[in-house]
Amino acid sequence: MAGIPHDHYEPRTNGEKWLHKRLPIVGLIYDTIMIPTPKNLNWMWIWGIVLVFCLMLQIVTGIVLVMHYTPHVDMAFASVEHIMRNVNGGYMLRYLHQNGASLFFVAVYAHILRGLYYGSYKAPREITWIIGMLIYLLMMGTAFMGYVLPWGQMSFWGATVITGLFGAIPFIGDALQTWLLGGPAVDNATLNRFFSLHYLLPFVILGLVIVHVWAFHTTGNNNPTGVEVRRGSKEEAQKDTLPFWPYFVIKDLFALAVILAVFWAVVGFMPNYLGHPDNYIEANPLVTPAHIVPEWYFLPFYAILRAFDGDVWIVIAASWITGGIIDAKFFGVLAMFGAIVVMALAPWLDTSSVRSGRYRPMFKWWFALFVVNFVVLTWVGAMPAEGIYPYIALIGATYWFAYFLVILPLLGVIEKPTAQPATIEEDFAAHYPKSSGGTAGQPAATPAE
Amino acid sequence: MMIKKLVICAVAALTVTAGSAFAAGKAGHVEDFDFPHEGPFGTFDQNQLQRGLQIYTEVCAACHGLRYVPLRTLGDEGGPNLPEDQVRAYAANFEVFDPALDDFRPATPTDHFPGSNLSNAPDLSLMAKARAGFSGPYGLGINQLFKGMGGAEYIASLLDGYTGEEKEEAGTILYENKAFPGGWISMAPPLSDGQVEFADGHANDVRSMSQDVAAFLMWTAEPKMMARKQAGFVGVLFLTILSVLLYLTNKRLWAPVKGKKIA
Repeated sequence: MAGIPHDHYEPRTNGEKWLHKRLPIVGLIYDTIMIPTPKNLNWMWIWGIVLVFCLMLQIVTGIVLVMHYTPHVDMAFASVEHIMRNVNGGYMLRYLHQNGASLFFVAVYAHILRGLYYGSYKAPREITWIIGMLIYLLMMGTAFMGYVLPWGQMSFWGATVITGLFGAIPFIGDALQTWLLGGPAVDNATLNRFFSLHYLLPFVILGLVIVHVWAFHTTGNNNPTGVEVRRGSKEEAQKDTLPFWPYFVIKDLFALAVILAVFWAVVGFMPNYLGHPDNYIEANPLVTPAHIVPEWYFLPFYAILRAFDGDVWIVIAASWITGGIIDAKFFGVLAMFGAIVVMALAPWLDTSSVRSGRYRPMFKWWFALFVVNFVVLTWVGAMPAEGIYPYIALIGATYWFAYFLVILPLLGVIEKPTAQPATIEEDFAAHYPKSSGGTAGQPAATPAE
Repeated sequence: MMIKKLVICAVAALTVTAGSAFAAGKAGHVEDFDFPHEGPFGTFDQNQLQRGLQIYTEVCAACHGLRYVPLRTLGDEGGPNLPEDQVRAYAANFEVFDPALDDFRPATPTDHFPGSNLSNAPDLSLMAKARAGFSGPYGLGINQLFKGMGGAEYIASLLDGYTGEEKEEAGTILYENKAFPGGWISMAPPLSDGQVEFADGHANDVRSMSQDVAAFLMWTAEPKMMARKQAGFVGVLFLTILSVLLYLTNKRLWAPVKGKKIA
């Protein structure tokens, strides 16, 4: 499967040969878990495993929760309380599922930022990146609809606000919103279709995850140097890589265990930390909560959505040019989705020939600012849209777009990258001078100058 | 470098949670009472829960309900832990409508507490989780680990927060309350000193009773809290040991590759 030369599965016993002729499934599994992996991967390469674990956790806990949940406006809230009080271990299932969504997003953000810093999105891994962005979009959709299911106040009003975004689309907006909701307002039909889709989408995500893994198993992993694994011969490739099993499986499992210890402490000792108190009040269409705030993982994009109000010159300009078709509300919606679109286009916006941020002295600072900006947007997304907050949101949103549309294209032209190591082996040897410099037992290579 | 980034990610994740905290709006003053159920090792005080149940029954239940709470859970170990005969006797105090009989009958432990028929008296089952008393420090809410969300504190502060001032607005009498957002609440002060007599002669001033009933409502909102904390403790312990073992395995596995000696 991988383009990196390595040993393939050879059936030995007669039984294995019999099966292999008919269905080479053992070979597929063998090639997948024995894939040559750059041996210099650092600790930011563990999030993939965490994400796979999260998907499994959410699917397993979710399937069991569905056995006890009732998707009906009159019974949903009570059925969640039934799970919390009467189902054996139900409180644990529910809290694991609820906090599992947060762990999922912590991991996906770390995973995406890793990709942005080390240039994992660049050729030849654009497909991996695009599939990843699709997975991320589906995750947001799934999480949003899942949050509606307990039918608390924040479920209901969050659904009202977010589906209202579609209503902002000119001409077809109202019809589209009605179609999405299954009626003029969030009601039983909405709850039922969200429930159906919340069950369906994780399996679509699972399918895309397989394609995501397939894609980067074809190109090989990126690594902290961004230097490709040598592929001239098997011996050469072996100096740069180690098989995924056992080296990276054990390393990733160690990282996963540490992360799960923290996760478990949150679930056990403060399971409502990331939730909102208003969601313990049953949905009431007649009472609007004082502040409608989405879950934390949506906040950066919520901030971008709200940043462009009617007073911003670019919104006024857009409205004037389009004859009012693009109003402030629709502009905000475009900005929110545009923020993800420009991120998905990073492979073509980044003009630098150097992949890893490690060898890009100017990029490093802009990237650090990008991370800080992400945190600021998250924070400001939780603030009421008054006082100084809209201005902070506007600056943050502007930087987000500037990073992808201006800074990444320009840096490639004006930046002078530092020297990259010639091979992964060289980088590894520089970190571990006593290493043999390869599994074949060659003398250590000279560190890069 | 990587560690730094991990820390940044972690901080990012934690910072964002401030969201819910800030969104709470201009709340009244919530006093930080010390409850025995706070913190990772905190447990409910069964005597306090039983006193709270008595106060709820004699005072709150006149207007409010607990529709999500099954009566049998009063006998749960992690709750008030009443003996079975007492749960039975307590349940029989309530009348419930039975569709099978098409008539009212005395409640049994498998029934729930009655709900409220008054539109302006919210159900109290989940009130201790539906209110966040405080969310510090700096709105980060990290002190939840040690203090909970402050829902019980909010309830106790509210019950103990009446100043004695009242005013009439559009035909409704409002009472000034230090804890209630906005400062004026339509619920008359429900508790007065000595109102409820406890069998063991425990203090029954307003302040003490406020805390007792708040602790009881924390239990009705989170009846599995003690089991959950125990599961949390066991899980963290197990995962910590697993982490150490995997760390050692990983170290040994990579040692030859990194040219290090195997210890």
